[in-house]
Amino acid sequence: MQPFTRITSIAVPLDRANVDTDQIIPKQFLKRIERTGYGEFLFFDWRYELDVPDSVMPNPEFVMNAPQYKGAEILLAGKNFGCGSSREHAAWALSDYGFRAVIAPTFADIFFSNAGKNGIGLARLTDDEVNTLMQRAKTPGYQVTVDLEAQTVTDAQGFKARFEIDPFRKECLLNGLDDIGLTLRHGEALDKFEAKHDNEFWSAPKTATA
Amino acid sequence: MSAPQTMFEKVWNNHLVASPEGEPPLIYIDLQLVHEVTSPQAFDGLRLAGRKLRRPDRHIATVDHNVPTTSAEDRLHILDQTSAAQVNALRKNCKEFGIEFFDVQDASQGIVHMIGPELGATKPGMTIVCGDSHTSTHGAFGALAFGIGTSEVEHVMATQTLPQSKPKTFRITVDGTLPYGVTAKDIILHIIGLIGTDGATGYAVEYAGSAIRALSMEGRMTICNMSIEAGARAGMIAPDETTFAYLMGRRFSPTGKAWDEAVAHWKTLPTDEGAVFDRELHIDAAEITPTVSWGTSPGMVTSIEGKVPSPDDATNEIDRKGYERALEYMGLKAGTPIEQINIDRVFLGSCTNGRIEDLRAAAQIVKGRHVASTVSAMVVPGSQAVKKQAEEEGLDKIFKDAGFEWREPGCSMCLGMNPDILSPGERCASTSNRNFEGRQGRGGRTHLVSPQMAAAAAIAGHFTDVRNWPNNGGKN
Ligand code: SF4
Repeated sequence: MQPFTRITSIAVPLDRANVDTDQIIPKQFLKRIERTGYGEFLFFDWRYELDVPDSVMPNPEFVMNAPQYKGAEILLAGKNFGCGSSREHAAWALSDYGFRAVIAPTFADIFFSNAGKNGIGLARLTDDEVNTLMQRAKTPGYQVTVDLEAQTVTDAQGFKARFEIDPFRKECLLNGLDDIGLTLRHGEALDKFEAKHDNEFWSAPKTATA
Repeated sequence: MSAPQTMFEKVWNNHLVASPEGEPPLIYIDLQLVHEVTSPQAFDGLRLAGRKLRRPDRHIATVDHNVPTTSAEDRLHILDQTSAAQVNALRKNCKEFGIEFFDVQDASQGIVHMIGPELGATKPGMTIVCGDSHTSTHGAFGALAFGIGTSEVEHVMATQTLPQSKPKTFRITVDGTLPYGVTAKDIILHIIGLIGTDGATGYAVEYAGSAIRALSMEGRMTICNMSIEAGARAGMIAPDETTFAYLMGRRFSPTGKAWDEAVAHWKTLPTDEGAVFDRELHIDAAEITPTVSWGTSPGMVTSIEGKVPSPDDATNEIDRKGYERALEYMGLKAGTPIEQINIDRVFLGSCTNGRIEDLRAAAQIVKGRHVASTVSAMVVPGSQAVKKQAEEEGLDKIFKDAGFEWREPGCSMCLGMNPDILSPGERCASTSNRNFEGRQGRGGRTHLVSPQMAAAAAIAGHFTDVRNWPNNGGKN
């Protein structure tokens, strides 16, 4: 996993609450069997014109298409970002497009976990703080810094907000740690537990005998 | 004596492998369900790292999300090349890693959340995961079941465990008797309307109360299924005689002495008297009416007696903007009575309402009537088993005579990954669980309702209060 430490970048203000993973990456793009190549389909239904089915004419109304946000690595969004489907493709699409961090008042649970596993930094700020950033992000060239080590979001105009993150999750993100590898450190406890648990036949999906 | 515990805590504690200092606890996963969409990258990850799949016997796989539902023949030769590649990848991966796989033509194939219970693989007290958010369905049996992303799918394949931060507990008690024509679907839509789509984020919900106890397993699954629509990590209902009766004699259910011992264990699971939840909510079943979603999130619901709300009804600025967007997308005017909304399509199916009882209830409304000339309607049974049962009962004939299409099992228009989709602007009464923008097809407009309400809307051509419909037995 790619570590996440600190980035400074232009930020796209996506001023919508409850952005669901069906919007982040619509289902017709979930048929691939790879982890990459989802970036061009990110926010597909909003990003491209609807009139021509499956068109690739950029919709000029959609904020991400404005030239001033080209190359942005930070996304600003409303509350409950990433709700709905568990598809990790949403995290893959954000990261493949080039987003390294998302700032929002709250995130849905499964998305929160998926993003972390793909090295995307998520910062939870208050509604007011996110609103301030959204306003400022309208100015071309405006940049935001997300610093995971310090747990802060800052800008050059003196904005400074702290966000909370679970220390373990922080450690994993900072060092790009592989979860499976971490779990395998508990191999002995797992073997012991499993030997006992296998005898608790109610736990077996398929065996029907005591 | 130990302190009184909630059902969630009991199941959690029974699966705790390790609680390392400063890290999330590691919990054991009894069963992982696998489908074609969220698994290929996980299998690839195993191969890349040279890891084995630790417990093939604790995995079951099927294809559901993108298989065509048009005919048995179309399913064997999937035209869409990318869909076919995904289905083939799962076939190949199951073989390579030794997972039992229920292929398109298998008598046990179906939506992954349908077949776990049907096979008796889903049982009380287990931990169950799947790369699909509606895994919460299995909580209806008193299992702790939740959806995960593909990296976590790979993690479970490799270790049969997951590091999980412990959710808080939330009990929603629904007491009283459900009025005539009001169903499990209406209960859960009503709940989401009350608490919002993030109302249960960070919680494992337990549904309790006399109205829940009175539900069949099918109804309980409908409720737990949509827990994720309120943001909950999981939804659970205590196992009881209804649960045991459902499980008895199923393919993977224990038998003989093992059955008795299993039941004895299951009876220890319900929440102890006096156990404390982090949050509680009480609802009177008598208040619930047939419920219809009007917007683009499952929290945007109202009663069939109601009207499309106005952005002015929103209590804050965020909701106000959300309402405006939703009304525009849905092509609705504030103040329009719900009963005056005309529909173009009806979809009866999905892991929320694609079970035999749902089809029976809908058939009761449809029998001897005909779908409105302006509507095209389809029934997609959730599994092969449901399809077979329905055909034995003659339900397929009732639907076909009434002008419904009768399809092969799968997810179908619930998410429109296969060819079953809405065209831009088309309006659909759907028994599924998500009304997000574009969920059933780009530009498509989805209204979530119960099977009875969907059936009545198909006949009337617009939403209509099913409580006024004769022939409706008022069953759930
Ligand atoms: S029926 Fe719909 S919600 Fe259920 S598993 Fe399939 S796509 Fe997901």
